[in-house]
Amino acid sequence: MDLRFTPEELAFRQEVRAFIQENLPADIRDHMKLGHPPRKEDTVRWQRILNQKGWAAYSWPKEWGGPGWTAIQRMIFLEENLSAPAPELLSFNITMLGPVLIQFGTEEQKKRFLPRLANLDDWFCQGFSEPGAGSDLASLKTAAKLEGDHYVVNGSKIWTSTAHNADWCFLLVRTDPNARKRQEGISFLLVDMKTPGITVRPIISIDNSHHLNEVFFDDVKVPLNMRVHQENKGWDVAKFLLGNERTGIARLGKSKERVRSAVAMAHQVNMHGRPLIEDQTFRQRVAQLQVDIKALEITQFRVVSAYDKAKGAGKPDPLSSVLKVKGTELLQGTSELAMDVAGPMSTPIWAQELAAMNEPDDMLEASSAATASYLMLRAASIYGGTNEIQKNILTKAVLGL
Amino acid sequence: MDFEPSEDQRLLVESVTRMLGDTYSFAQRKGYMALPGGYSPDMWSKFAELGLLGLPFAEEYGGFGGGPQEVMLVMQAFGRVLVLEPYLPTVVLCGTAINAAGTAAQKQELLTAIAEGSLKMAFAHGERQARYDLNDVVTTAKKNASGWVLDGSKTVVSHGEAADKIIVSARTSGDRHDEDGITLFIVDAKATGLARRGYQSRDDSRAADIALSNVSVPADAVLGEVGKGFPIIKKVVEAGIAATAAETVGAMEAMNEMTLEYSKTRVQFGNPIGSYQVVQHRMADMFMTQEQGRSMAMLATIALENEDEAERTRDIAMAKVGIGQAGRYVSQSAVQMHGGIGMTEEYAVGHYFRRCLVIERLWGDPAYYLNKLAEDVG
Repeated sequence: MDLRFTPEELAFRQEVRAFIQENLPADIRDHMKLGHPPRKEDTVRWQRILNQKGWAAYSWPKEWGGPGWTAIQRMIFLEENLSAPAPELLSFNITMLGPVLIQFGTEEQKKRFLPRLANLDDWFCQGFSEPGAGSDLASLKTAAKLEGDHYVVNGSKIWTSTAHNADWCFLLVRTDPNARKRQEGISFLLVDMKTPGITVRPIISIDNSHHLNEVFFDDVKVPLNMRVHQENKGWDVAKFLLGNERTGIARLGKSKERVRSAVAMAHQVNMHGRPLIEDQTFRQRVAQLQVDIKALEITQFRVVSAYDKAKGAGKPDPLSSVLKVKGTELLQGTSELAMDVAGPMSTPIWAQELAAMNEPDDMLEASSAATASYLMLRAASIYGGTNEIQKNILTKAVLGL
Repeated sequence: MDFEPSEDQRLLVESVTRMLGDTYSFAQRKGYMALPGGYSPDMWSKFAELGLLGLPFAEEYGGFGGGPQEVMLVMQAFGRVLVLEPYLPTVVLCGTAINAAGTAAQKQELLTAIAEGSLKMAFAHGERQARYDLNDVVTTAKKNASGWVLDGSKTVVSHGEAADKIIVSARTSGDRHDEDGITLFIVDAKATGLARRGYQSRDDSRAADIALSNVSVPADAVLGEVGKGFPIIKKVVEAGIAATAAETVGAMEAMNEMTLEYSKTRVQFGNPIGSYQVVQHRMADMFMTQEQGRSMAMLATIALENEDEAERTRDIAMAKVGIGQAGRYVSQSAVQMHGGIGMTEEYAVGHYFRRCLVIERLWGDPAYYLNKLAEDVG
């Protein structure tokens, strides 16, 4: 047992931090420091900078353009990137589809897509959930019928994040409606979003942003060579994708950044005539969040170091569910803190006032962004398998019930 | 970074677990509780034979040459069965103090005796007025021609009755709350003027009040430098926090296992209660809390070897908050999931509950340390 970072790991953290500091465009950093999510072009620009450095496909094997890092290095990289704060790599491309293609894709699919995924030349979105199939993914109904050298897809997907930005979609479809088990008749397709018959309808979320969509497929033709893995074996692909290394799932860098932002703001607002930062109740609330972040940080170390020890993925670690549940609770707790600091200034949507101002007002902008972030992050315990589903997973995997 | 125990550590855990498996069933433990000191002298000898009493001491003192990690693993195993013997005060608390501040002669005499099982010790620091403030000491020590004279009283001294020697803190200079001016003394438990009044603690162990009235000790009874006892006390408390954090992890594991077992056998409304999702999710929460607590026990263990004082203090405080809250949640939940039977003295779960309750209140509870951590916010 050696519970400390090695000198090499510490040096690696310095290297990553220095690179981000030197190369993250100032306009992106300043925008995000106010608590805004990155704009599409921010994500693209930053991922391409990282890709030039060879870091964008951070979790892929060297052979396919990855840097060949250990799980601990990957964790350090993600944390430094998040707490910069810099845009996250597009997870659909990097942590979801990339490893899927490396595992299941044809040579042609790998050669065509992997470099474009890394460089964000193709922006992928994820077509899994359906109006009738949320947490119960296997009940999906969107159908694909094989006709000659292509499938014809009909149906709809929902909660499709960034579909309006996306060039492509990876999609779960039902290819055998008569399969013995629901999981057995599903296939995994790659669909060009420009294909005729696709309609994207925005869903405005409670943070007043357009992030989510409903996507309709109306006789959409998908060439046969865009199917990944065998027909009716798409569930294996989905399971691999969802069970794939989930060390980034706790997003601790983001929670830390939210706390820092709240504390900085607390110096500038008052409570009973004194700066809020001097209020003992507030300080204890921050301290409690810091304690909880610390505990999860160690749990995360345990998960990644077990992963390195096992030389890659074996059985999915049940502690991943702990990372998901506790990590999202922290995202929610810390974003709640930041909003609470802003007080009444957190309630208006200041967009128009801010636009009309001659001088930027960072406090006002951060106050509004804090609320947007809080509202947005209510989804954190819903997506990626709700926290209730995670507890079901723990019930089976750990308790054996 | 590597969280896997080494081969030697695995063997250590295996042998401790095997020994406790043979000797520490809940029924056997009840027998030990009923013995005069509230623990089993036979078990103490067994610990000595296995090398556990010299676990963190250097080999030259008959020790095992282990460190904080080995103590963590053993304390975790102890927590699983609620070991009653005075291991924490003797080996962890007093052992740490002597290791940190003792002269070569003191180490030779005391550590060797502890390791072979012939010496039990207690750490008498807390006073009635102090609550959790480690710097609040009014017991005094006054210098005379041959040494020192101690006056005052100490409270809730774990295994104070069982101890052959007691490390006593006393003020040699300064005011009630000064960190400077506190000195540690090694006092023979049979010294004239020292009176012990033992009582039962909520966790089935024994504790004592110790009254010191005109107790004379020789000059070489001083442990460390005169007036410089506080940093040693802090070190002792840090070691105690790490050790009891590990003990809490063991206790949480045991409670979670008991609860799971019970949920499979207890039938209500025609089904085992473990088949109900509301129970399952509570147990999932208990598991998650246990694992977060384990991480905190590891943090405390890592921290003990961190030479950066500010960082160490902060990590220990964080661990103390986290493990205290974890232990409280798991023990409250375990009793709740058991229902009525969990409320009974004859059933084990309540005993774990009460040990966690006591640990939570050793050297400061979560609120106390959260308050300290809050000072750094900004």
